[in-house]
Amino acid sequence: MPVTIREMKIAIASGKGGTGKTMVSANLFYSLQNAGMKVSLVDCDAEEPNAAEFISGSSAGVSLVSQKLPVIDTEKCTFCGKCFEYCNYHAIVFLPPANFIQVVSDLCHDCGACVYACEYDAITEINKELGKVNTMQVNGQCRLIEGRVNVGVYSSVPVVKKAIQSLNCEDIAIYDSPPGISCPFIATVVRADYVVLVTEPTPFGLNDLKLSVATLEQLDKPYGVIVNKAGLGNREVYEWIAQKNIPLLMEIPFDKEIARIYSEGRLLAEVADGYQERFLVLSEKIKQACHE
Amino acid sequence: MKVAITSTGDNTDAKIDSRFGRCSYFVVYDTESGSTEFIPNPNLESIEGAGPASVQMVASKGVSKVVSGEFGSKVKSIFDQLKIQLIVVNDPSKKISDIIELLNQK
Ligand code: SF4
Ligand code: SF4
Repeated sequence: MPVTIREMKIAIASGKGGTGKTMVSANLFYSLQNAGMKVSLVDCDAEEPNAAEFISGSSAGVSLVSQKLPVIDTEKCTFCGKCFEYCNYHAIVFLPPANFIQVVSDLCHDCGACVYACEYDAITEINKELGKVNTMQVNGQCRLIEGRVNVGVYSSVPVVKKAIQSLNCEDIAIYDSPPGISCPFIATVVRADYVVLVTEPTPFGLNDLKLSVATLEQLDKPYGVIVNKAGLGNREVYEWIAQKNIPLLMEIPFDKEIARIYSEGRLLAEVADGYQERFLVLSEKIKQACHE
Repeated sequence: MKVAITSTGDNTDAKIDSRFGRCSYFVVYDTESGSTEFIPNPNLESIEGAGPASVQMVASKGVSKVVSGEFGSKVKSIFDQLKIQLIVVNDPSKKISDIIELLNQK
């Protein structure tokens, strides 16, 4: 089948972890790469990146992601409160009666307003490391880019953004999205042309799917659904997506053999008959949907 | 001594609100005068930062203790530095009046 896709960014997402989104991402990557496409997989699930367990490559560089963090010197501070007023993110706790002023690093957005506001030279900025972006070369022209946030860092968004920015115009980019529907998920899908939601045909799967769909509707992103572990659970997911006119892109059966392949860190498209073709059909469907 | 209690409503018959940063009301109870002040939580709608902003809010009222169902780690560390004592009440059926009674027994 001729695959002639140019410049397409696909996010693979799911409402919770463990539904098979990394399996889909890695298999799609492998199939496209094997078909001679120039493709990159960006592991945006920066809290628990695991695409590298399925794809091997050689290290091609690590870049650090850091943020500037204001620190207030209470010796110099006159407790004038100007920085507190300037901060739009509730990131400064300011209690003059207790002689207390502090930047809450998890809430700081690195906007610099407080530094600008302070007339007493009481605020300096230090660098805080948030995580890193690892780049791996796979088979010459393809790359795996992995965002990995440091333990204890409140938001993975800066790392996700940096990972996605590390791409330089590959033809196809696949984003393995963070689970859930919070900021890291949104930071990933807003940068994609199309979103693939991977779900299980169970009541929990349907519940998570509805939440993801509601978020994507707000963002006005085109999307479709892959049902993983098909045969498990009931028909409710199918009925719901049919009723909502959401395209069903692919079904992956609930199968012991598939589970075993996955648990061994291997790829369906590599070892199971017909799967590489199936993932190429998937990419064709996405391409068509993007061009509609 | 002043104590802040997180509340689901604006009177002493209301039940304790288990979420510190996202409670509906803060009650500031003064153990000396027996007075209560109900303050709607201005941070209820904040997407993030409700915890520290709520610390800011109750600490500026000069309380020495805070009673709620749970406190996040960030919030705890700020309260610790401010030397404000935290009391966790894990029973969502407790009314504000019950808690005031408990405080008076101590
Ligand atoms: S840099 Fe911006 S967000 Fe951070 S504390 Fe200063 S004013 Fe607030
Ligand atoms: S603006 Fe500067 S002097 Fe004023 S409260 Fe903030 S840190 Fe202190």
